[in-house]
Amino acid sequence: MQLTHQTSTAQGTSIISTQDVNIFYGSFLAVKQINLDILRNKITAFIGPSGCGKSTLLRAFNRLNDLIVGARVDGTISYKGRNLYAPEIDPVEVRRQIGMVFQRPNPFPKSIYENIAFGARINGYRGDMDELVERSLRQAAIWDEVKDKLKQSGLSLSGGQQQRLCIARAMAVQPEVILMDEPASALDPISTLRIEDLMQELKEQYTIIIVTHNMQQASRVADMTAFFNVELTDGKRSGCLVEYDKTEQIFQNPQQQSTQEYVTGRFG
Amino acid sequence: METPNPVSLSIRRERTLEKSVTRGIKEKIIALVLLGCALVSVLTTLGIILTLFEVTVEFFQEVSFAQFFLDTRWTPLFADQHFGIWPLINGTLLISAIAMLVAVPLGLAAAAYLSEYASHRLASTLRPALELLAGVPTVVYGYFALTYVTPLLRNFIPLDVFNALSSGLVMGIMIIPTVGSISLDSLRAVPSSLREAAYGLGATKMEVTTQVVFPAALSGIAASIILGISRAVGETMIVVIAAGQQPRLTLNPAEQVAAMTAYIAQVAAGDTPRGTIGYKTLFAVGSTLFLITLLLNIISYLIAQRFREVYD
Repeated sequence: MQLTHQTSTAQGTSIISTQDVNIFYGSFLAVKQINLDILRNKITAFIGPSGCGKSTLLRAFNRLNDLIVGARVDGTISYKGRNLYAPEIDPVEVRRQIGMVFQRPNPFPKSIYENIAFGARINGYRGDMDELVERSLRQAAIWDEVKDKLKQSGLSLSGGQQQRLCIARAMAVQPEVILMDEPASALDPISTLRIEDLMQELKEQYTIIIVTHNMQQASRVADMTAFFNVELTDGKRSGCLVEYDKTEQIFQNPQQQSTQEYVTGRFG
Repeated sequence: METPNPVSLSIRRERTLEKSVTRGIKEKIIALVLLGCALVSVLTTLGIILTLFEVTVEFFQEVSFAQFFLDTRWTPLFADQHFGIWPLINGTLLISAIAMLVAVPLGLAAAAYLSEYASHRLASTLRPALELLAGVPTVVYGYFALTYVTPLLRNFIPLDVFNALSSGLVMGIMIIPTVGSISLDSLRAVPSSLREAAYGLGATKMEVTTQVVFPAALSGIAASIILGISRAVGETMIVVIAAGQQPRLTLNPAEQVAAMTAYIAQVAAGDTPRGTIGYKTLFAVGSTLFLITLLLNIISYLIAQRFREVYD
């Protein structure tokens, strides 16, 4: 573990790092002893079987777990060297810098234009809104499809378009990190490929962390991959980090047997 | 396997595939009884409408539409008879407007708090407490307005003993649970994925509530407001006790006014003989009230259709 940790930091500078992170729901330990460094301007994939806590960890990165009653994080999650769970940290500010795209597309029941403008407006954006909307939609590769119907409801779009709208919406706030929780799991293969292409373009300017069940997807898009698994302690199931390394390494030369079994499809 | 005990399969031998005569009749009787129950309310409504309009037609054979809609005085029981409905409509609308100025902000604020801010436990305690307001008999509200609120307000502002202001304020309190409870249900029906989306963009709780959850719940909120207005327009006890019985065309809430319901209650409780014009005015005013309520119901239906938002 320590070894891979060091090689990974040699790949670039870290933007988020976790030290001995445990996440609880009430008394239930959902994720335990997570130590990892997320690298700036890279795509990091979290893979692993259901219930291994990868989404839970992802949502801890922008304090979205705060919304769940009884959720609690101990250990340290630091972002640019600041502990995100320190008492003086405002979760609202955290989420402005660390954005999120969800599993199911969830556009607001507002116009396409308003979907983008909403985040910018609450973040106090004072510039040209039309320009920001266009730029965000272009970045998310959906501008050509929606430029003639910006007044229509975001819900009138197809699932794949809705998800790209949600990505555009996240980018309009100009975060540094975008968390993606299985962003393509509700989409057809063609829409999925478009989102993956989009991620490659976005990593120039953003750091992306993606949770995925789809191993081909992880191997296609991610620079770094973290494999999580479920561990049984005293009859209770908790998620833990098994192996974290460059994606080729995880898929071609994993160091742990369970990683090997998972990436070759023997379980999960 | 042992051979099954023949006694345990006795039911099987009695089965047939033919229709059972008694079962068919029983089902039909049940359906008829249920239909009858459903018809009771429909037929009652029809009966009320017919009676209302029958006498209303008689009323308009004696009083012209012009007298009813263009006159500005309502004095059907005086020697100098006038049949202008506007003072009564004015009374009803003035009091209802005051009531809604109280009920809408407080009801929506309560709903927003219970849905978005309060912990689950607190909300499940507070909600029944809020709804308890709806269980207070309206006669109690009426005397509360007359004997408590009016004297209290008279310390600060000159008011008639009977006035639109205190009856409107108290009526507003009575309507808070109507607006609050229905709005609360529609706020809670907004999928949490929308809230997460907004929080994920760095929205504060206030921004999530006012800019995402409220707009998404708009049709339910509009319906709750219209239902609140319907209650205000139809409310009788409070206005009879606290608002007065003098039909006036005024927008001054400190004055006494007569609402349509108050006029009906006053005349119906008196000794106006059947068949007189005074008696017929009851039905004319009742029809007007009915049409106003019907109109509000239609508006609320249209609003619900127009703003229905399909999410997910």
